[in-house]
Amino acid sequence: MINNAQLQELEDIARQCRRDIVRMTNKAGSGHPGGSLSAIDALVVLYFRHMNIRPEEPLWPERDMFFLSKGHCTPAYYAAMSARGYFPREELMTFRAMHTRLQGHPSNTHLPGVDSSSGSLGQGLSLANGAAMAARYDGRPSRYYVMLGDGEIQEGQVWEAAMTAAAYGLDQVCAIVDANGIQLDGTVDNVKSLGDMPAKWHAFGWHVIDIDGHNMYQVDTALEKAKRTKGKPTVIISHTIKGKGVSFMENTAKFHGLAPNPEELETALEELR
Amino acid sequence: MTDKREPRDGYAEGLLDLGRDHDDVFVLDGDCATPNYTARFQEAHPDRFFNIGIAECDIVGTAAGLAAAGKVPFANAYANFLTGRGFDQVRVSVAYSERKVVIVGHNAGTSAAQEGATHLPLEDVGLMRALPNMTVIVPCDAVEMRKAVHAIYNLPGPVYLRVGKLPVPVVTGPDTPFEIGKAVPLRAGSDVTILTTGCTASEALGAAELLAREGIDAEVIHLHTIKPLDAEAVLDSVRRTGCVVTIEEHSIIGALGSAVAELLGEHHPAPLERVGTRDVFGLSGTMDELFDHFGLRAANIAEAARRARARRG
Repeated sequence: MINNAQLQELEDIARQCRRDIVRMTNKAGSGHPGGSLSAIDALVVLYFRHMNIRPEEPLWPERDMFFLSKGHCTPAYYAAMSARGYFPREELMTFRAMHTRLQGHPSNTHLPGVDSSSGSLGQGLSLANGAAMAARYDGRPSRYYVMLGDGEIQEGQVWEAAMTAAAYGLDQVCAIVDANGIQLDGTVDNVKSLGDMPAKWHAFGWHVIDIDGHNMYQVDTALEKAKRTKGKPTVIISHTIKGKGVSFMENTAKFHGLAPNPEELETALEELR
Repeated sequence: MTDKREPRDGYAEGLLDLGRDHDDVFVLDGDCATPNYTARFQEAHPDRFFNIGIAECDIVGTAAGLAAAGKVPFANAYANFLTGRGFDQVRVSVAYSERKVVIVGHNAGTSAAQEGATHLPLEDVGLMRALPNMTVIVPCDAVEMRKAVHAIYNLPGPVYLRVGKLPVPVVTGPDTPFEIGKAVPLRAGSDVTILTTGCTASEALGAAELLAREGIDAEVIHLHTIKPLDAEAVLDSVRRTGCVVTIEEHSIIGALGSAVAELLGEHHPAPLERVGTRDVFGLSGTMDELFDHFGLRAANIAEAARRARARRG
């Protein structure tokens, strides 16, 4: 069970990552801060508490893997990876620059520690399933995590993969839906409503856990429950706020794919002190 | 030479060989394990076979995940659905990610026959050839298919393998060399180069016989690897003969004909005639009827050779 000191430490890391997210998108002049700020808390809990990984040996064969299916949220991904020790924090400022390892969308051939290239939405869950099938054959207890966006699950492949994971009882697979309710063109409800999204996953044969995705304790507990779930995959519906932590970015589609300008950056950093 | 066999049969033999020798070989299919003969692998190695159901995008992605975890997956489905519907998955999760996934497109060319246009892949090779990192292999018969499967196992990057369903003439033997990226000379000649890929090799050889009766000495070269193309072998032959014909059971846009046109255009311009389907969809018919309809016969190739020679002057 996670204690208060540990929770405080995770929150401090997440705050530093939030500062990195707004700084790196500002420096690059582009990128996706909104969904990065909503996703970062879950990513921090995952990378610092749950994944069996060796940042100094990113291709360690026994590792757990993480697939960022919502591949545009590289600012959060890189901030968490850097904080966890995969590469120096200064390198974050090369985000999206020419010849950087920190490509606009994740690339496993550019940056060791990225488990697959992504950016075309909808592909991550299939990857986790395949890796889990390999681990099961090898008798390895490795776990395979996928972060999806709620808008992203409008992609049909997600549901193909959801059926595969359930059909093969892949309990080593854990999906986290960063449910911030907003996609590029507006709210998910307005663009194309998902209806009763948890019920959909349940109907596809998944163990479903609903949480407040900004509550580190709830994220940690949900990931623990997922580990103990046998015979079926788990999806954590992580209810979040797009742009969380920066007042003018919260709950708006505007900063889905827009970087803060220098004045906005200053305000954001002030709020993220 | 008149013996006919199903290419998919040679493919299944190769898979069984690999499955026996290497426990990192996995096979995925999409509800076509019976017609694709991957069911034979399933029977031999049930723990390394997954039926992903009717979901080509997911088949490709799942294979990429297996490869990320160190396995050598063979992802099977009908060619047009796997490379068409699954194109973006092959592009991002396989080719861009540099995963050793073998994309196996079945029902090649006209071999889905009476199923009609939706089921006749005439563009698949072009799609796969356009992708960086992708090796594209189109064997000519069941014997070569088996060798191709063996060779693919030792290749580091992603591969597209095109497999036909219905029986086609066996033109290679157990001793015919097979090396990925290396042309297979089928007949030496000095007057015109005929380049073939896939199951049209016997028609190409038939064309050479027709031409021989007229005193035209045709060289026939089989290119099982469309990418990387054996540029040296092609250029060497065309420099000697001065004109060339390509023949393939595929659209002339995007595959062998295009690859050869690009090569010659950049390195050795020469009269080129392309035989294949011409910017049209397929239609229902027997494979024989479709070969006649699309003009993929020895007589069509010989006619193209005469045109190429006439243009050479």
